[in-house]
This record gives sequence, C-alpha cells and structure tokens, in this order.
Amino acid sequence: MSRRFWVFIEQEEGKIHPVAGELLGVARRLAGEIADELKQKNETAVVEGILVGHEVDDLAQEAIRLGAERVYQVDAPEFKYYLNRPYTEALKTLVKKYKPEVFLIGATTMGRDLAGAVATSLKTGLTADCTQLEMGEARGTNKKLLLATRPAFGGNVIATIVCKDHLPQMATVRPRVFDASPVNKKARGEVIKEKIKVTPDMLNAQVVEFITNQASAIKLEYADVIVSGGRGLGSPKGFELIKALADELGGVVGSSRACVDAGWISYDHQVGQTGKTVRPKLYIAAGISGAIQHKVGMQDSDFILAINRDPSAPIFSVATVGLVGDLYEIIPALIKKIHASKNKGGQA
Amino acid sequence: MLHALVGIKQVPDTTNIRIDPETGSLIRQGVPTIINPYDAHAVAAAVEWKRKLGGKITVITMGPPAAVSALQECIEMGADKGILVSDRKFSGADTLATSYVLAEAIKKIHEEDPIDLIFFGKQAIDGDTAQVGPGVAVRLGYPLITYAVNIREVNLEEGYALIERKTELRNEIIKTTLPAAMTCEKEIAEIPYAALPDLIASLRYKPQVWTADEPVAYDIAQIGLKGSPTMVFKTGTPVQHEPGELIKAAGTSLDKAVDLVLNKIMEHASGAPLIGGKK
Ligand SMILES: Cc1cc2nc3c(=O)[nH]c(=O)nc-3n(C[C@H](O)[C@H](O)[C@H](O)COP(=O)(O)OP(=O)(O)OC[C@H]3O[C@@H](n4cnc5c(N)ncnc54)[C@H](O)[C@@H]3O)c2cc1C
Ligand SMILES: Nc1ncnc2c1ncn2[C@@H]1O[C@H](COP(=O)(O)O)[C@@H](O)[C@H]1O
Repeated sequence: MSRRFWVFIEQEEGKIHPVAGELLGVARRLAGEIADELKQKNETAVVEGILVGHEVDDLAQEAIRLGAERVYQVDAPEFKYYLNRPYTEALKTLVKKYKPEVFLIGATTMGRDLAGAVATSLKTGLTADCTQLEMGEARGTNKKLLLATRPAFGGNVIATIVCKDHLPQMATVRPRVFDASPVNKKARGEVIKEKIKVTPDMLNAQVVEFITNQASAIKLEYADVIVSGGRGLGSPKGFELIKALADELGGVVGSSRACVDAGWISYDHQVGQTGKTVRPKLYIAAGISGAIQHKVGMQDSDFILAINRDPSAPIFSVATVGLVGDLYEIIPALIKKIHASKNKGGQA
Repeated sequence: MLHALVGIKQVPDTTNIRIDPETGSLIRQGVPTIINPYDAHAVAAAVEWKRKLGGKITVITMGPPAAVSALQECIEMGADKGILVSDRKFSGADTLATSYVLAEAIKKIHEEDPIDLIFFGKQAIDGDTAQVGPGVAVRLGYPLITYAVNIREVNLEEGYALIERKTELRNEIIKTTLPAAMTCEKEIAEIPYAALPDLIASLRYKPQVWTADEPVAYDIAQIGLKGSPTMVFKTGTPVQHEPGELIKAAGTSLDKAVDLVLNKIMEHASGAPLIGGKK
C-alpha cells in the first residue's frame, strides 16, 4: 500500500502557480520523513498532483517535472475557469476514491476558496496558512502525523495543529513560505485522467465578466527586490520616493499595513501576516517599525536593510543592516549613489 | 423584500494582545473585544442593500454570552434581529464544528423566513482561517462567492445577484442564483454612521439566545471539541532573530553609511549583482 501525499496543482490560463512547485517540494520532504516508519510496514509514500482544468495535458507533464510522481488530471470544458462548486466536487470525489494521507493546497485566493469547501465536504480538518510542516508523533498516537504550524492571534503566538482521526490531513500554505524544489527535466510519471460529473446546480454561479485589475499585476511574492514604506513616510506622497528607489533597483513597492489602512496605497502592496509573504533577495523597509505582523511576512528575505530614525525600532531585530536616521535624507542619498555607480558602468 | 443574514464573530482586538513573557501564553484579561472588522463591513453591505430593496437583516453569531454586545452593535448599524448561539457544549469548536452549528441554525431561520443572501467576513482576525464562510456554504449547498468587493445587483424577482470578486489575476463578476453565500472584503461597503433610532434601539436590544438543544437539537458528536477534527498540539512564541548591524546615518556620517550599506549589499549579492545589474 502506498500513502499518498497530495498537492493541488493550481493553474490559471495555462500557467501553473509557482506555489504548486513549492508544495510538491514540501510533500516530497514529508514523504521522506515517514519513509523509515513505512518501510517497517512494507509500505511506501508517494507524492501526487491533482490537476483540474481544460486542455491541461502540458501542465500535467510540468507538474511531474516539478516533483509529482503521478498526476490525476480532471480535464473538461466545465473546468476551464475556476468555480468553487465544480472544483470542490472534483477534489472531493478524488479524495474519496484514493484516500490520500495529506493534502496540501496553496493559500492563494483560489486555494483558500477551495480548501475550506473541500475540507467541509469531506468532514476533515484543515489548517490554514501554515508556515512550518513536518511529520511527527503527537501524544497518544503511534504513527506520525502532519504537524502543521501557523501563526495565531495576530502573529503573537505560533500554534502547531494536528488532525488525528480524520483523513486527509489538509493544510494550506502561502506562496513563498517554502522554496520551490528544483525542476527535474528528465522526470517521468504517470498521468491518470479522471472524469467528474458536473450537475447543473453546481453551475449556479457563473463568471459573466472579467475586469482587469491593474493592482493584481504586481507580483510582490516573487519580486527580487522590494522597497517598502511605512507610516514613517508621513504622507502618501512619500511613496513617490519609495517608488524612485524601487525603480532604481528594478524592484517593486511594498508597504506596511498602516499605510494601506490609511489609504495611502492599495492592499496589493501590503507585506505581512494579512498581506503577502515575501522573500526577495533584497528587502528595504523604510519608516516601518517592525510589528510582528509585518516581520512574519518578510523576515526570510535574503538581505534586509531597515531604515528608521528610532534606534530601538523592532524592525532592526530582523535587519541584516540597519540604518538609523531620517529616511528622507537616506533614501535620496541611496538613489544618488546607485545612480552614479550605474553610470560609471554596470556594477557599483 | 430582502432577507439578508450576516454571520459575525466577536474577536479580541489583536492589536492590543499581550503575551505573558514567562509562559508564552495569551493574556486574555483586559483585552478589548471588537466585531471582526471584515464582518462589520459585511453588516454594512447588508444594510446598504436593505435600504435599496426593503426587507430585513438577521445577524447570527456563535460565541460566549458576552457576544451580545457585538450583536447590539449590529443593531446599531441597522440590522433588525440578532441571534446568539451559545452553549458550553460548543466550546473548543474548530472551523468544521463552527460551520456545522451555524449552518444548522441558518437552516432553521430559513425555514421560517427564507433567506436570500448570506454575508460573511473574508476572515476572522483571531485565526485568519477564512474557512467558516466556505464551510457553511457547502453545508447549505449554496453557491459561494469569496473575496467579494462589490455587489452590483440583487434581483429578487428573478432570483439572481451580480457580485464582483477579487482574484489573483483580476476581478470577476459572478452571476449567482439566490440564495447564495458570500465572504466580504472591506471594500464591500463603508461602515455607516448609526441612525439615532437604531442607536437607541440597540441599547435595549436583547438578542435571542439559542442553545445546543433548542430550537435546534444539535448532534453532540459534531459540536465543540468532539466535533473538531483539528486540535492544538502545542503553542509557542515566534523565534527571535539575531539582530543585525546597526549604523548611524546622520549629518557627516550619512555619506559613509550609505556607501557602507551599498557595499554590503553588493558583497552579499556577489555573482548576482542587484544594483546596476539587471533591470
Ligand atoms: C491581526 C493583525 C494583522 C496585521 N497584519 C499586518 C500585515 O500584514 N502587515 C503589516 O505591515 N502590519 C500588519 N498589522 C499591523 C501592525 O501591527 C502594525 O500596526 C503596522 O505594521 C505598523 O505599520 P508601520 O510600521 O508602517 O507604522 P508605525 O508602527 O507607526 O511605524 C512607523 C515607523 O516609522 C519611523 N519613522 C517615522 N518617521 C521617520 C523618518 N522620517 N525616517 C525614518 N523613520 C521614521 C518611526 O520611528 C516608526 O518606527 C497587523 C495587525 C494585526 C492586529
Ligand atoms: N463563531 C462564529 N459565529 C458567526 N460567524 C462566524 C463565526 N466564526 C466565523 N464566522 C464568520 O466566518 C468568517 C470567517 O471566519 P474564519 O473562518 O474564522 O476566518 C467570519 O468573518 C465570520 O463572518
């Protein structure tokens, strides 16, 4: 028998969401963590992808290259665009048929819409927005369970949640919390096509119009350089300076929640617990105090430069380098230097 | 006439949460409670549509007796009726058990007074799970529209609504049959100023209290801790990071400090120059 570790392969418009690759990596690690236990019982663990859409054969192959050993593919016109009811039906049906042990879904707009509905229809447990996942023993069980850790109460506490007596153990994970596993171009795997019956009542809600949303075009999660501004900017105009530095670095603009709540900038720019989790190569935080809810969203960035005039600002506790001073002096100086070094020819 | 139902939760104001540094556990004493902010906007949206179409708003919450004040606040905003589902037997509920309790109560309400539209908040700020709304919708078999930012039309005669929701790539307009359930972003509506009569009514308002036995006889295996597949295995405080290097950058030292920082960034990014590199 094999224990199945499932990953929902989120796709839209013919593209797999990067979070699927990240979760396949996690699933492989989790499967590895119970390999010994399974060996004794003559069992194996297998990582499988669940792909739902229309004309997505190529994506099934891509999921295999991203780490799925097998892909279950639901492919029909009704699934061309994401809709809660048909997709919920598809996942529910497949879970009932194959009984996976663990089911991971990206905590994206689509994933969160779907995961809650699927877990409820299966009457199983779901832990949202996990930041750590491992297989481990919990009191009173003699088998390894999914230990799903997540922040709670505004990030002040972290809690590890288990789902002891129900399968699958479900969790959602935000994009960028985990590293993507490396792509294996030579990977081969099986694709199993599944038919799901969609009844008319599942189509009671339909998309009738798309509205392009400029703001959604900012892909904060996957940016290499992010320059974020906080309340220390003093006014919405301060974001012009932030943008100028971001432009100079080829990066994008982020923000603390205080500025979003004040209406200085749109929510799509918010970094943190209730915004995006980011892991750029360079994160610059200017005029941000460093509340725990902001830090959880950016503390895993490669290099963090914090600019704040208060030397005791908590942001400095996660900064690689902290500059104590007025951002209105420091940022223009930074821009000038970077600009000058570029003109000198390439690298600073 | 519209019958809107709103599910609200009273939550600790997490901005004011304090942690006991010794035990790492939450100090609940003295932490003020508020209506979950997203839920307040959901109530506001329901009120807006009641004003347009006529009708009434029922607000429901599952919680401790103290949640009465949250329901009163909803009356103040313009809701007509509040129901508190409250019983010791419900305590320890996770989102699956919570959605069961709410869905059964909503079925009961619907029998007596058919509901057209159910409003939830996007998520509750104490847990940020965003699971209860979808869970209730599934249990009721209603179409679900999450991340709603705007209600364009509610057509009760023809039994449909047009709702704009936000997705990762774009916004989309969903045409849904009624009844339907939605979860709301803050953009859905501004919180209204209380009208004086509503304010006065709210002060004296006593919501109905429903228990685990009446008027809905709940299946004991599906409520509270017993009905919750997930449990907290352990809790802790987030890891503290090693603080980095701190450089003062004022006056004459500004230039030097900026140079130093840029060099460090370059060093760090060696091989993959960030600055002056790709754009
Ligand atoms: C449930 C919950 C979820 C939350 N989620 C998030 C989230 O996702 N993201 C988030 O960011 N926050 C979040 N918050 C809010 C968070 O707690 C803080 O309130 C917020 O991050 C503060 O924003 P800020 O640092 O910009 O403002 P402030 O805390 O006001 O900090 C401003 C800083 O600017 C500095 N400053 C002022 N002037 C200057 C100057 N001229 N030059 C340099 N420095 C200057 C000050 O010293 C100060 O440190 C959440 C809160 C709760 C309760
Ligand atoms: N105990 C409750 N009583 C009524 N509504 C609730 C309750 N818990 C959650 N909700 C609703 O479900 C939404 C999502 O909550 P959550 O899944 O906890 O993030 C909230 O915004 C409320 O509208």
